Amino acid sequence: MATKDMKLKEKRHLKRFYYSVDQAIEKPFNWKQIWRLIVYLKPYTRTYLLGAILAMVVSTAIRLAIPLLIGKAAFDTAIKNEDTTLLINLVIIIGVLYLISYIANYLRIKWVNLLGQNVIYDLRQHLFTHVQGLSNNFFDSRSAGSILVRIMNDTNSLQDLFSNGIINLLMDIATLIGIVTILFTLSPKLAIAVLVILPLMFYISTVLRRKIRRTWQEVRIQQSRMNSHLNESIQGIRITQSFTQEKENTEFFDGLNTDNYNAWINATKKSAMFRPFVEMSNAVGTVILIAYGAHLIILGPSNGGIELGTFIAFAFFLGMFWDPISRLGQMYNQLLVAMASSERIFEYLDEKPNVDEVENPYEFKEMKGHIEFDKVQFSYDQDRIALHEISLEMKSGQTIALVGHTGSGKSTIANLISRFYDPTQGQVKIDGQNLRETSLKSLRQHISVVLQDTFIFSGTIMENIRFGRPDASDEEVIEAAKTVGADDFISRLAKGYQTEVEERGNILSAGERQLLSFARALLANPSIIILDEATASIDTETELKIQGALRRLLKGRTSIIIAHRLSTIREADNIYVLEHGKILENGSHDELMESKGEYYELVRSQFQMLDAI
Amino acid sequence: MDTFRKLKEFYWPYRKYFFWSLFFLFFVTVITVVYPIILQITIDEVVAKEKYELIPWIATVFFVLMLIKGIATFYHQFLGERFGVVTVYKLRDALYKKLQILSFKYYDNAKTGDIMSRLTSDVEGFRFFLSFGFAELIRIILLIGISLSVMFYYSVPLTLVTMAAMPFLIIVVMRFEKVAHPAFRGIRKSFGKLNTRVQENISGMQTVKSLSREDFEIGRFSNSNDDYRKNYISTSELWAKFFPLMEFIGNVCAVALLAFGGYLVIAGNLALGELMAFFSLVWYIMGPLMNVGYVINMFSQAKASGERLREILEEHEDIIVKENAVKDHIEGHVTFKDVTLTYTKDDDSALKNISFDAPPGKTIGLIGSTGSGKTSVTQLITRFYEPESGEVLVDGRPVKEYDLKTLRNHIGFVLQESFLFSTSIRENIAYGNPDATDEQIIEAAKRAQAHDFIMEMPKGYDTLLGERGMGLSGGQKQRIAIARAICVDPSILVLDDATSAVDMETEFQIQKALKEVMKGRTSFIIAHRISSLKHADEILVLENGKVVERGTHDELLRKENGAYKRIYDIQYQDHDAIMNSVN
Repeated sequence: MATKDMKLKEKRHLKRFYYSVDQAIEKPFNWKQIWRLIVYLKPYTRTYLLGAILAMVVSTAIRLAIPLLIGKAAFDTAIKNEDTTLLINLVIIIGVLYLISYIANYLRIKWVNLLGQNVIYDLRQHLFTHVQGLSNNFFDSRSAGSILVRIMNDTNSLQDLFSNGIINLLMDIATLIGIVTILFTLSPKLAIAVLVILPLMFYISTVLRRKIRRTWQEVRIQQSRMNSHLNESIQGIRITQSFTQEKENTEFFDGLNTDNYNAWINATKKSAMFRPFVEMSNAVGTVILIAYGAHLIILGPSNGGIELGTFIAFAFFLGMFWDPISRLGQMYNQLLVAMASSERIFEYLDEKPNVDEVENPYEFKEMKGHIEFDKVQFSYDQDRIALHEISLEMKSGQTIALVGHTGSGKSTIANLISRFYDPTQGQVKIDGQNLRETSLKSLRQHISVVLQDTFIFSGTIMENIRFGRPDASDEEVIEAAKTVGADDFISRLAKGYQTEVEERGNILSAGERQLLSFARALLANPSIIILDEATASIDTETELKIQGALRRLLKGRTSIIIAHRLSTIREADNIYVLEHGKILENGSHDELMESKGEYYELVRSQFQMLDAI
Repeated sequence: MDTFRKLKEFYWPYRKYFFWSLFFLFFVTVITVVYPIILQITIDEVVAKEKYELIPWIATVFFVLMLIKGIATFYHQFLGERFGVVTVYKLRDALYKKLQILSFKYYDNAKTGDIMSRLTSDVEGFRFFLSFGFAELIRIILLIGISLSVMFYYSVPLTLVTMAAMPFLIIVVMRFEKVAHPAFRGIRKSFGKLNTRVQENISGMQTVKSLSREDFEIGRFSNSNDDYRKNYISTSELWAKFFPLMEFIGNVCAVALLAFGGYLVIAGNLALGELMAFFSLVWYIMGPLMNVGYVINMFSQAKASGERLREILEEHEDIIVKENAVKDHIEGHVTFKDVTLTYTKDDDSALKNISFDAPPGKTIGLIGSTGSGKTSVTQLITRFYEPESGEVLVDGRPVKEYDLKTLRNHIGFVLQESFLFSTSIRENIAYGNPDATDEQIIEAAKRAQAHDFIMEMPKGYDTLLGERGMGLSGGQKQRIAIARAICVDPSILVLDDATSAVDMETEFQIQKALKEVMKGRTSFIIAHRISSLKHADEILVLENGKVVERGTHDELLRKENGAYKRIYDIQYQDHDAIMNSVN
């Protein structure tokens, strides 16, 4: 018993991490989805699609005609009858046909790719634009990686279907029908005998290939798990070394690596069977051709047999069977994957934003920033009410602070002002206008939110500040940076405003990032500004430096400050103390301290905590 | 070839797979060329001379040969793949092991994305060449050689006429390889850009929404999306130009074959079956030739990949454990004697002549602005870096003399960004001590004030964390990180800015937890808030890598205009007024 426990303990680290895989595998065929996809082809049906189909028809016809010309005309007639003129003519005709086929192929490849790329461009553009309009809770409930995979990889996996897929499907069906027709015309008997291999080929290209695909899926899943771990192990290397888990992790990784190895070996073993099967089925066809074909030649055309040229044409066509059948099988598998990808794409496209716009919404040309809440009630889901009949007024140019514990409703109020949600009951008005009737874009253009975490986009500092207002000139950007006091540290950098920064880089400190976000907000020149815990992650000395910048930023705007720290809110014109979605009291810092109510208790308990530690 | 020689240890032990694969390849190639010969015999010997009794024999021979070819194809492919897969398995293990060992210094300058691309695409490029590329090169040479010999055997003049277009094909193929690769790189690069654009947009979504810059973002996305489309279409223009051209050249050969071959047959210098065989043989030469550029390119890619993998494998290891390293229990007496640390030459030193003494059980507080060197102090105790001069002693012995595992096992770390792994809460707490029992894990969580909120979750300690797992608040993550540090029962505890990112109430909770935890351990607290370190036995105030003030909280407050006093005044500005008004 004891040894068994020991063994279990020893093995524990071999299962220490858990990685789930978010990948499109395959889904059953679904006509509805196919129709939704086909809609994206519409703009190009009369141009690229039509052109590609025409080019395809021409080159397929030539491909089918040439074996006939060589077999029947050249071998059976010209060479047999020693007719040199006919041979020369045939050579010229075949040469010209090849030239036409060359041009047709050129056009086909070109148009097919134009078609595919334009469709994928449109689809991706549609998806991205749609996702931009979705609400915060869409992004909160999904990891960045999983959204990225849908916009990039799932759309890309449809690329081949839209470019080569459709045209190849048509081409392959046309080729197969063409070959079978020709073979039957030449010699029905030999055709039936040789076509025995067709079902075998279909079986290999669908069922066997399907089994092989499954094994490769397993490889991809293993690889994706391994990559997740590699990524995490690099990012967490400092923790690993701090806790000296290098050896244990190496052993864990060896497990992943072994699983991956086994999946590979299994997949390659199955894959290696594919070609032999294909060739064997071809061989069966050829054996039939040699045996039965030779027999028919001996009989001679007059006795229901064939000529040598027919035999040669059969030999050519037999070699042409495999490609289209193989591609059709591949196409079928590709469609199943496309089903999975498109389902995931449509799932996002069917996602609705939280708020709808009315027809002909009110456009804010200018905004004074007078905010009113009239008996506003709000709940995120049905049984949890976040705000209870809140009524309040924020006058233009005032600074208002919202205080309260987590879940008291502070952020909900901010979200309703930006109209990320509509109230369940009551009205939110800005400048007397009910927000339900306003256009989202014009409303949010006049509102800026400064967050605790400032996201730095990769690019120069200049570009990062200009994010607040993309059409701002360099001078305006520098002016904004000067106003909030960011110009000092930017100028000290070797490349100044042209310094390249990125989210994970360490060129900027937390305080400097915050100043950049102030400059961004200032440049946007909003009428209403919301500071959501904006200074929470800054150390004391930096905070002191930022105070002045903050004052300049808020000047002349309606400002809503959400904060835990009291130092940031004591200067507010009006402080609302919230609890469980209700307003407990409001007033200025001095008034509230005087009345010794909830606010006073809040302030006192914070200091008591500090002293108690 | 140098790269391949240096990486020999990974693939040479498995050479038998490779050589057997080549052995089977030989059969595959020879039998391939037999097919047109059988066709020729059927026409010339059987049909023309009416020796029909040969038909069953020919059919049987053909079928048996194809059967052998089928089996040989399977083993050739499978063994070749296996050679690559097993090599890469060994290579990955070695790379991972190396990456675990490389010091902080390496990771300071390395980018995760770059390392990842080496571990994924470069490893894959290397595998592909071993599995497929090298054998493919040999196959091409064999197939062309044998096919040409057979053709020459049938008819020298016809072979020369047919192959007249071959030099043109080679020129076209080489030209294509030359232009195709920059074009493919262009596609990959522009796809990468598009990917980055979308990734940034999603990660920075809050910022985008807060300034309502969605339209601007859609505009930027459209540009990248269009750039990718343009790149792709201009590359497909290359396919459209070259692939039909290659096929056309091949077809010209076929036309030349028909013309001259037909003439030879009519003139009686060539058998009809031989002409038929030529039609197949021509494509055995053209097909591989169209591929040769691809294989050559694959070779140079594999070489470059191997080079990048070697860079990791041969990276210098700068933290080396001495032989006969000490593995004794550590009490936690930490002493710094005139320690100077410089991360990169030419840069200003991060620490300048730091000295202090922390007897077991004492608490040292470190305060100072970002970049003042607080974190560097703690990273020297664990020997994540080596000091340039001076001595770092633990229990009176230089850290260099300890076994790294022993040293670090006695030190518990809690960092500002509490990195948690994708696994259950239980495994995260047990991370530093995989042998911990459930009781020990729960005990650690209780002491870190984490047990209650963990039990409130539906799955308790089995709750999965990570990207797809449950979201935890900053304070909750931090408390799990503290539990993780306690679980190894360290003699020395390092709290690097552990509470700066949480709100006041959570900080209060955590501080309470920490006070309990620090009992009996030598502790280093790095903090911005005075409240976090005012009880320390000694507080060091750092500025630009130097200690500018030191002493207890009360001593430091007595220094008028001192750096510590200045921070205190800001943080406690309302304190007295309010606390007095209570009374």
